Parts: sequence; C-alpha cells; structure tokens
Amino acid sequence: MNYFELFKFSPAFDIDTALLAERYRELQRAVHPDKFANDTDQQKLLSVQRTAQVNDGFQTLKDPIRRAEHMLSLRGIELSHETTTVKDTAFLMQQMEWREALEDIRDSADPQASIDELYQSFAQYRAQLTQQLTQLLSSEQPEDALLAADQVRKLKFMAKLHDELTRVEDALLD
Amino acid sequence: MALLQIAEPGQSAAPHQHRLAVGIDLGTTNSLVAAVRSGETATLPDEFGQHSLPSIVRYTQDTVEVGALAAQSSAQDPQNTIVSVKRFMGRSLADIQAGEQSLPYEFAASENGLPLFVTPQGQVNPVQVSAEILRPLIARAEKTLGGELQGVVITVPAYFDDAQRQGTKDAAALLGVKVLRLLNEPTAAAIAYGLDSKQEGVIAIYDLGGGTFDISILRLNRGVFEVLATGGDSALGGDDFDHLLQAHMQQVWQLKNIDPQLSRQLLIESRRVKEALTDAAQTEAKVTLADGKVLAQTVTKAEFDALIAALVKKTIACCRRTLRDAGVSADEVLETVMVGGSTRVPLVREQVEAFFGKPPLTSIDPDRVVAIGAAIQADILVGNKPESDLLLLDVIPLSLGIETMGGLVEKVVSRNTTIPVARAQEFTTFKDGQTAMAFHVVQGERELVDDCRSLARFTLKGIPPLAAGAAHIRVTFQVDADGLLSVTAMEKSTGVQSSIQVKPSFGLSDTEIATMLKDSMKYAKDDIGRRMLAEQQVEAARVLESLQAALAKDGDLLNADERGLIEATMTHVAQVATGDDADAIKHAIETLDEQTQDFAARRMDNSIRVAFKGQSIDNI
Repeated sequence: MNYFELFKFSPAFDIDTALLAERYRELQRAVHPDKFANDTDQQKLLSVQRTAQVNDGFQTLKDPIRRAEHMLSLRGIELSHETTTVKDTAFLMQQMEWREALEDIRDSADPQASIDELYQSFAQYRAQLTQQLTQLLSSEQPEDALLAADQVRKLKFMAKLHDELTRVEDALLD
Repeated sequence: MALLQIAEPGQSAAPHQHRLAVGIDLGTTNSLVAAVRSGETATLPDEFGQHSLPSIVRYTQDTVEVGALAAQSSAQDPQNTIVSVKRFMGRSLADIQAGEQSLPYEFAASENGLPLFVTPQGQVNPVQVSAEILRPLIARAEKTLGGELQGVVITVPAYFDDAQRQGTKDAAALLGVKVLRLLNEPTAAAIAYGLDSKQEGVIAIYDLGGGTFDISILRLNRGVFEVLATGGDSALGGDDFDHLLQAHMQQVWQLKNIDPQLSRQLLIESRRVKEALTDAAQTEAKVTLADGKVLAQTVTKAEFDALIAALVKKTIACCRRTLRDAGVSADEVLETVMVGGSTRVPLVREQVEAFFGKPPLTSIDPDRVVAIGAAIQADILVGNKPESDLLLLDVIPLSLGIETMGGLVEKVVSRNTTIPVARAQEFTTFKDGQTAMAFHVVQGERELVDDCRSLARFTLKGIPPLAAGAAHIRVTFQVDADGLLSVTAMEKSTGVQSSIQVKPSFGLSDTEIATMLKDSMKYAKDDIGRRMLAEQQVEAARVLESLQAALAKDGDLLNADERGLIEATMTHVAQVATGDDADAIKHAIETLDEQTQDFAARRMDNSIRVAFKGQSIDNI
C-alpha cells in the first residue's frame, strides 16, 4: 500500500503536516465504522479494515522516521525487521557518551537541568540528521537511498535514547 | 453522479423514521439511561422520578432486586447483595482476592478462574450481574420512548482492557440488545460538552468514578473528536476513598474481627461521611454495633484529605504522563472537563485546578454527563442524524503484545494507537512437519508476560506440514472501533487460512456464553427455536434495508446486470425470510453477502473519491 497515494501526496519527505491532518479527517469521514453502523456486516468489516489502513497511513506519514522507512520500502529497501546496524564509529562513540550521561543524571546536583540539557543536544543532533535525510531522499540515485537508510537507522538510535531520557525523567518525578 | 434521488411516495427510500436508541452509563456505583427526544438530550427517570439506578443487585430465593430496593438490604444481606460489580468484570478470582479489601461474598471459581458469586439462585458471574442492571434501564427506556430499542451505546472506562470490554458487550447480548458501540466514558463526556460549546482545540477529561480513574486528552476540530492519549487506573476510584475512611474508623474505634454486616454498615457510613465533607468542614460518623452500642466520632475535612492525598496525587501523576503521551503541555489545554461523582470531592477539584492552571468545567451534572454524551452518539449511530459532522477517533488504552521466548512480550499494537487498527506479524515453524502453533496474547506496558494481563491463548491449526522455517504464517491482529481484538491467520505460501481457537483468559468462552443465553431463555420460558428464527428474520430485514439504502445511494456503481443479480438475490432472501427455516434464511443472507462483496468495496472506494473530490495532489 502506497500511503502517499492514499492521502494524495506526492512521494516527498517534506510533507505539509496540517494538510495531512486535514486529509486524514476527510478520509475518516468517508470510511469510519461509525458511518456504517447501520450497514451490512460485510460493509462494516470492510470499513474497519479501510479505517485501519487510513490510521496506519496517517501515523506512517506523520512520523518522520516511519515516513522515511515507508519511502525506502517503496524503493525496495526494507528497514522494519532488519538486522543491519550502524557502523559509523564516531556516531557510536557519541551514543555511548550520551548513555553515560543518562546514567549520571540521578547523582547530578541539578537533575532537571541535566535532563533539559540532554533534550536540547538530542534535538539538535536529530535536526541535523533529518536535514541530511531530506536531501538524500530527494535524490533518485540508488546509492543515496542506501545512505538515507543509514540516516534512518541513526534516527532510530536517537528515538530510543529520547525514550530512555523520558523514563529517567519519569522516575525522578514519581 | 445523480445529485437528486426522486422516489415515488411510499416506494423505496422509506420515509425517514425516527429510530429509538439510548445511551447507557453502566457505572460502578450508579447507572443511567439517556435519550435524544425532539432534539433535547436528557437522562430518563424511573416511575419515582429517580434518574440514577444504584448499580446494586440482590439475589434472594426467588427474586432479583436491582437498584434502590437492593440497596436497602445491602447492610442486612451483604453476602447476596452485590455492589460495584463493574470492578469484577474481566478479572480473575485470584486478582480480586489479592487486591480487594475483605469482601462479604461467597465465591466459587469458574473453569478458567473467573469469579462466580454463590447466591440463593445458584452461581452467577459478573456478566450476568451486569445484565441484571441493564435490564431495568432498558425496560425504562422502552416504556418511556414507547417502543423497542434499535440499539444502545454503552459506555466503558477508557482504560478498560479487552476482557472488560468484551464482558460489558456480553452483558447486553444476554438481554438480546444490539450494541451500536462501546463508547469510552471520557469521550462521551466530551461529546456532551463539545457539542454545546462548539470548542476547537485541546481539552482534558478528568474522570474519577466509583471504581475507575481515566484521563483523556482530546483534540476537537470541526466535529472530529480525536483522542490524542488516554491514561488511568482501572482500580482507583471513590470506592477507595470509602475504604480508606472505613479502615480509619475501624482503627479509631479499635474494631477487630468484624462481621460482614458491620463491615457493610461501616462502608455505607464512610460513603455518607465522604459526601457530607463535600460541603461541611466536619461531620460525625456513627455506627451501631450488634449489641446496640453506638459509636460516634467526628471526622474533619482535613483528616479526610490526609487519608486520600496519596490517591489524588496518583491521579495527577497520571495526568502528567498522559499529557506527555499526547505531546501537549498543560497550558495548551483549553478546558478541563470533570466527570464522575468523585470529582465532587473538594481536594480533587483543587488539585486538578492547580495542575491544569484553570478552573475545571462542571456545568453539566458530572453524574449524568456520560449518559448524555452516549445518547447523542446513539442517536447518530442509529441513523437519526445522517448529516451529523460528529466523528469520534478513539485510541487503544493499553498495548497489545504476544509472548515470545523467555516470557518476554513483543508489542504488536502500542497504546494510544487510533482504532480501528490492524497489524500483521509473521511467524515461522521451528520443527519439520509442524502443523500447529500456540500463541498467547497479553495487554499491558511491561516487558515480562507475567507483569501484563493475559487476554487470550489460541492455537493455529492446519498449517501445511513443511520443513522447519518453510511455512510463513501471517497473523493479523485487528482491533475494532469498540476496542475489541480479533485474530486471523494465513499460511503465506499455500494461502491456507488457519483456524484459530481463542480461549479468553479472563473472559467467557463461547460455550459459556451459549449456555448463559440458553439459561436466560429458559427463565423467560421462551422457545429457543422460535427465538433463533426471529433473530434470523430480524437479520434478514436489517440486511435488506441496508442494501436498499446502499442501492439508492450508490446504485450507479453497478451495471444493469450486476444490479439485476443482486436484486434477484434480495428477492430470494425476502421470500425465504417469510418462511420458518432459520438455517435457510442464514444461508440466503450468506449468499447475498458474497454477491455484494464487490459492490461493498466499490462503495468504499467511491466514498474516498467523493471525500477528495476537487482536491489535486498536494493542493499545489
């Protein structure tokens, strides 16, 4: 299923999220089970399936990582269940440093300040990765697609790191 | 496309008829029924003018008492008077005995560990008790509205898991009532408020009922209610405030080894004290012992606040997490809506106001707001408002996962995913010639299976015997708009659809439901065969009616031949339905279903085309 087609978007990484949300609501109005509450069971089931597709499409296009994965998958590169990992040593070193910083938060003098600082560095680095990804995905070259896949893998690392930081923050607040 | 449908009077496109549908708030402490009548939505009172029906059921030798009548005997006959049955829904007996305060009931366990109340009328399960609460509400609605109901919307806490939702739906099924939708309580409250005030933006619904707590963050946009995130605790509510007060009084009075009667008396008095402290700074708690001795003690609001502070704080921590899940900050929230009787507790209001930084909305009676929202939704779903803009996009409150090696959980659908949702996962065989595979579905956020709720175990059978790893089985998990899970599986290389036997861990099995249905019919002295026939006839009429409407609306999607074929089969169904062969009717409906499959798909595609009409790609 090509979600760009479902939502009538050209397959570009840069996406107008406000327009996406509007299209999503229009599609929902067309297919949602509540619109078929009095219809035949067959129509209802179909409606559930279509709405599930629309929901998945929206989530996929809304989230930059999933959107990039979807674009790559349309180009024949599957990232969702792969075992390949990032080989960029500088990147991996940086990850290790950040992980250590995460562990040190608890003992720091001002944990919230350390947390905010980390959130900021994560955001900066992600913005940088995303910018490179946008460029790579706008290219038609197969080797650029492979490079884009690497950027996506790195973004996934960053997403995990971000989750862990929120967990640490949660533990502090509770 | 035809812009106008012209029909002879009395022919096809039947004149629009008002259909009867109601919203039911099946609450832990009180239940209500509401309906839309001539544009006005209101809860329906009973013949004594009471809107709330206490969710209390008492079983005696030959009667089942429900509501106020049962409440009167609650202190004298606690063993057979079941209160707050909603807390038992979808739970195992072990869960209940581990978690709850001392309960006065005599329990037995069902085959798969469900709690059964031992009553003078035999063993009853929580689904049956809930059906007893629904029964007078439905009778009240049919009497007030003057006809049979076409459907109901029943509300459930947003945080209810699959087993709890299924149990609620089963309760309605026992009464033969069509459930149009299970609606999340906070969403229902948002409908009740949202339609009145026509808000656009983010709102928070804080719902503290008798037994459950929910917090939902919604975005309102031109009639679309999109739930961004929901959180809560399905075992935290005003009842816990009562229990804390009760424990406090027991301690103050040095009461040990109390009998069930005194325990119930203490609980009832605790509730009264809690309610009195809503407006008063202090009140006197009083109980009478078996020997006639009266104990009395003054309880201040400050004492009560200190007792419940930790629980209220827990709800606020939950609000904070849910806001983060929704990706919004507290100051982006335009309005906070208060739902549930327990939001009358002053400390709760104070803390919620402090957290969100604005006074919460309380203009609609917090006890009735959920039923009112459900009634509005029921009116739309049953087809009385075809032009309505209202659309609810709800989410799954807890992640769904499957057990993998080492007792770990692999998440299949994460929490706060908009429903309906479908996810496919691929599995492969690990032994040569393997023809079956076992799965365990759980719900929850933790990584270990033991820390999550077990939903169902099922076995895939009929896998073609191939070498290890050669069979690829695609399992699809689908959650519908009610938040209920269904599972289908297919072996990819052969296309063989595998059969799945789902054995709900804490729900009722299909056989149990069938037996309960049979029993309920026996009590009604109804003939099962006749009931089955009537059901198929109703189904045939429903299918024909919906198809006629579909043909009137989208008939131009079919060519003359296709339409002729469908109409011929429709005539056949109509004919068979006048007979008395239930199986033949069922078969005829199935044939019609098969024949209209393509039409159904075209209608769906067309519906999307119409939605996007006039929009070019990207709107550039």
